[in-house]
Amino acid sequence: MNAMLGQWVDVGGIEDVPLRGARTVATGHGNIAVFKAVDGTLFALWDRCPHRGGPLSQGIIHGHAVTCPLHNWIISLETGNALGADSGCVRKLPLKVESGRICLDAHAIAAGPGT
Amino acid sequence: MTRKLVIIGNGMAPGRMLEHLFETVPGDYQVTIFNAEPRVNYNRIMLSPVLSGEKTYEDIITHDDAWYDRHGVELHRGKKIIAIDRDKRIVEAADGTQARYDRLVIATGSAPIVIPVPGHGLPGVLTYRDLDDVDRMLAVARSGGNAVVIGGGLLGLEAAAGLAARGMKVTVLHLMPTLMERQLDPAAGHLLREAVEARGIRVVTKANTKAILGNGKVEAVELDDGTELPADIVVMAVGIRPSTALAKSAGLSINRGILVDDQLVTSDPAIQALGECVEHRGQCYGLVAPLYEMARAAALHLAGDASASYTGSVTSTKLKVTGIDLFSAGDFADARDREEIVLRDAARGVYRRLVLKEDRIIGAVMYGDTADGPWFFDLLKRREDVAPLRETLIFGQSYAGGAPLDPMAAVAALPDDAEICGCNGICKAKIVGTIADKKLASLDEVRAHTKASSSCGSCTGLVEKLLSLSLGEGYRPAALQPMCSCTDFGHDEVRRLIVAKELKSIQAVMQALEWKTSCGCAKCRPALNYYLLATWPGEYADDSQSRFVNERVHANIQKDGTYSVVPRMWGGVTNARELRALADVVDKFAIPTVKVTGGQRIDLLGVKKEDLPAVWADLGQAGMVSGHAYGKALRTVKTCVGSDWCRFGTQDSTGLGVRIEKFMWGSWTPAKVKMAVSGCPRNCAEATCKDVGVICVESGYEIHFAGAAGLDIKGTEILTRVKSEDEALEIIVALVQLYREQGRYLERIYKWAKRVGIGTITAQICDDTEKRKALFGRFVFSQKFAQADPWAERAKGRDAHEFAPLAQVRFAEAAE
Repeated sequence: MNAMLGQWVDVGGIEDVPLRGARTVATGHGNIAVFKAVDGTLFALWDRCPHRGGPLSQGIIHGHAVTCPLHNWIISLETGNALGADSGCVRKLPLKVESGRICLDAHAIAAGPGT
Repeated sequence: MTRKLVIIGNGMAPGRMLEHLFETVPGDYQVTIFNAEPRVNYNRIMLSPVLSGEKTYEDIITHDDAWYDRHGVELHRGKKIIAIDRDKRIVEAADGTQARYDRLVIATGSAPIVIPVPGHGLPGVLTYRDLDDVDRMLAVARSGGNAVVIGGGLLGLEAAAGLAARGMKVTVLHLMPTLMERQLDPAAGHLLREAVEARGIRVVTKANTKAILGNGKVEAVELDDGTELPADIVVMAVGIRPSTALAKSAGLSINRGILVDDQLVTSDPAIQALGECVEHRGQCYGLVAPLYEMARAAALHLAGDASASYTGSVTSTKLKVTGIDLFSAGDFADARDREEIVLRDAARGVYRRLVLKEDRIIGAVMYGDTADGPWFFDLLKRREDVAPLRETLIFGQSYAGGAPLDPMAAVAALPDDAEICGCNGICKAKIVGTIADKKLASLDEVRAHTKASSSCGSCTGLVEKLLSLSLGEGYRPAALQPMCSCTDFGHDEVRRLIVAKELKSIQAVMQALEWKTSCGCAKCRPALNYYLLATWPGEYADDSQSRFVNERVHANIQKDGTYSVVPRMWGGVTNARELRALADVVDKFAIPTVKVTGGQRIDLLGVKKEDLPAVWADLGQAGMVSGHAYGKALRTVKTCVGSDWCRFGTQDSTGLGVRIEKFMWGSWTPAKVKMAVSGCPRNCAEATCKDVGVICVESGYEIHFAGAAGLDIKGTEILTRVKSEDEALEIIVALVQLYREQGRYLERIYKWAKRVGIGTITAQICDDTEKRKALFGRFVFSQKFAQADPWAERAKGRDAHEFAPLAQVRFAEAAE
């Protein structure tokens, strides 16, 4: 169902993710959130806030960060780390864009979000 | 002995290369140029001023005939090379002319991309590349008419401005949401759009061209959404593609462009290539600066300088449209290890943003005043450590090295006739003089005596600084809580300025009020979105990405990421049909929990996000609409059964509750609004702890407001008593509208009332009939745009991307 490009999995076109918005990719390990920042940069993180597991894909995206919709933790899209006074980290997935398609690293998907 | 150098192409890159070559090793080469265009070398980047009429062709010639004569260059005009024989080292033109070479330079440039939509071959569809294109555009522009430019990048906007200057009605179509998105951040793109539109050019973003229509010649452009734009001319300016066909047929290595090394040498050591036709270290360039850098390295290599090398370019962009100053360079994306310095000067229309990484500038975007662009670009290219300059860096070169600015000093240094308050035309001397004469000590007194800062308020900071200068330690401006760390303005100031300055988009607010970040944060964006929506009903386009998730997807997010769905039950009244539909939906979608809410509604908890549109579709079939339990909006009007059933009931409380709810549903408010109507003073609907409550009595209706029963517990205040339902409705609607206009985002009615005073509210709603009617009218107007059921819209497919996953990856597939 998803074209495999070596270790990369094609999950959709870059225009499918709205600017300052996010979409999810469903996997056997739970959802992955694919974000598009205001400058068009794309990021992929497991869709689980390190705080209480909130779906980061549903948060407000500002700069290269997202505010979790459950308790307003701010998570860096660059690193997956909580910013400010909070501490915690969600796993980030390697992402690349090829000919307008978003590709995620299959090994990272298989490895899951960790504990 | 002289060697033979043949050059294919006569653009700017080979022109500059020859200048270097003749300077370094004059006489070493006998040069022959083949040019497909029938002209001498001209400055292609100055085509736009020729189009707009600010320059002529003669003005932009770089090398005239005399120059070619002087250097013994043989120029074949209008001769296109069609073959290269690398074994014999001979090139051949279409007309059979041949030339032998020792060294060959390919500079075939690039070709404009033509989007292959139906009708792209019609006469009147042009590209914007050379002087012939300009001549063709001018021929059409002479008779006026409509022009459509496809592409809102550098070239497209220059073409549009030129055609508009020639008297055409111009529309620019751009596929992306903001103009020049590759060179500008959205903030600068917004300013650019305003400036372009101020020239009478219409800009349509997110515009996908479906077809070009016309019978024998172009007549219109059709968009994906069915819009048809009349067009006497269509200019495609969507990009360029390196011209590699000749090099490819000669068997040279090609990727996107002709592959060259750092000496600009192709896969054949006797052949170099430069300009827009090449690909160097994975990059193709379309701007002039890299071409000049390549030209230098290529010339040195021809001159035998083994150390010559081209290592790639950092590029900068400047738009050549008179009156629009715009500059961008480097990489200006946000990233965690980067910092940004933003300067916005709304009065002068200036926006500057520097992106720093490890104390070095890596990107710069400037709009309005670009005089410091070259200086920033120079710091960027030299990777200069800017830590010592940091305090004043953003102000540009003239401040560099000087002492950091003391804002007080700047105000103190203003001349007496400097205008402080633009709205009322009040100058500095008037304010300072009045402070001294009348012994003024507060901002309000200055406002009362001088009118300064009493209109739009944007000069408040300056007036306060003048007070501080006059009174010294004696004056302390009231501490103002800013909206968030993105701005120094408080909520009230932002609201006032949105109205006073007629700001109608989030970008416009951020620019005019000099926001310190480029795209705000999760605190200010939802607030701004509400203020704009409440201030400009029907005009402001709601920005769903600036809404909290619940309002974006019209359901309440739960701790496990599922949602709850609460349909509206007008006044808390339901019936068998609605209950059956609810039961069916619960079964069909295996909804785990059904719960009755405090506001007399039924809550379906644990609905999966992807099921939401289908759940709503089923509920909609039974006539149910969104209950807005998720919004900063009118939530519920709770009622008791009133005179219909109750032996104590004095009025039809159920009917009034339903009427209020049907009148007011869909309106957005600063925070949630909960109401209740009780049929008698026993108050079974608990109206005296609501945001707005009504207690029915024998003689009419007692209207209450500003109650709370959450974090705080507070009984309501009585606003007034009225005799009829109609009067009650008018009062309630006017009250909520006043709150919509004055409340700070997330401030409940009881907190708003405490802040502004119960008395001021009563005076405006109860005592001032004219004001009340005006408030009522404004609410009614805004409801025209608010009362569309968001569930029905989404059940029909709106915002489908919100609810469906982008993709599903089966575990086995990814696991390998």
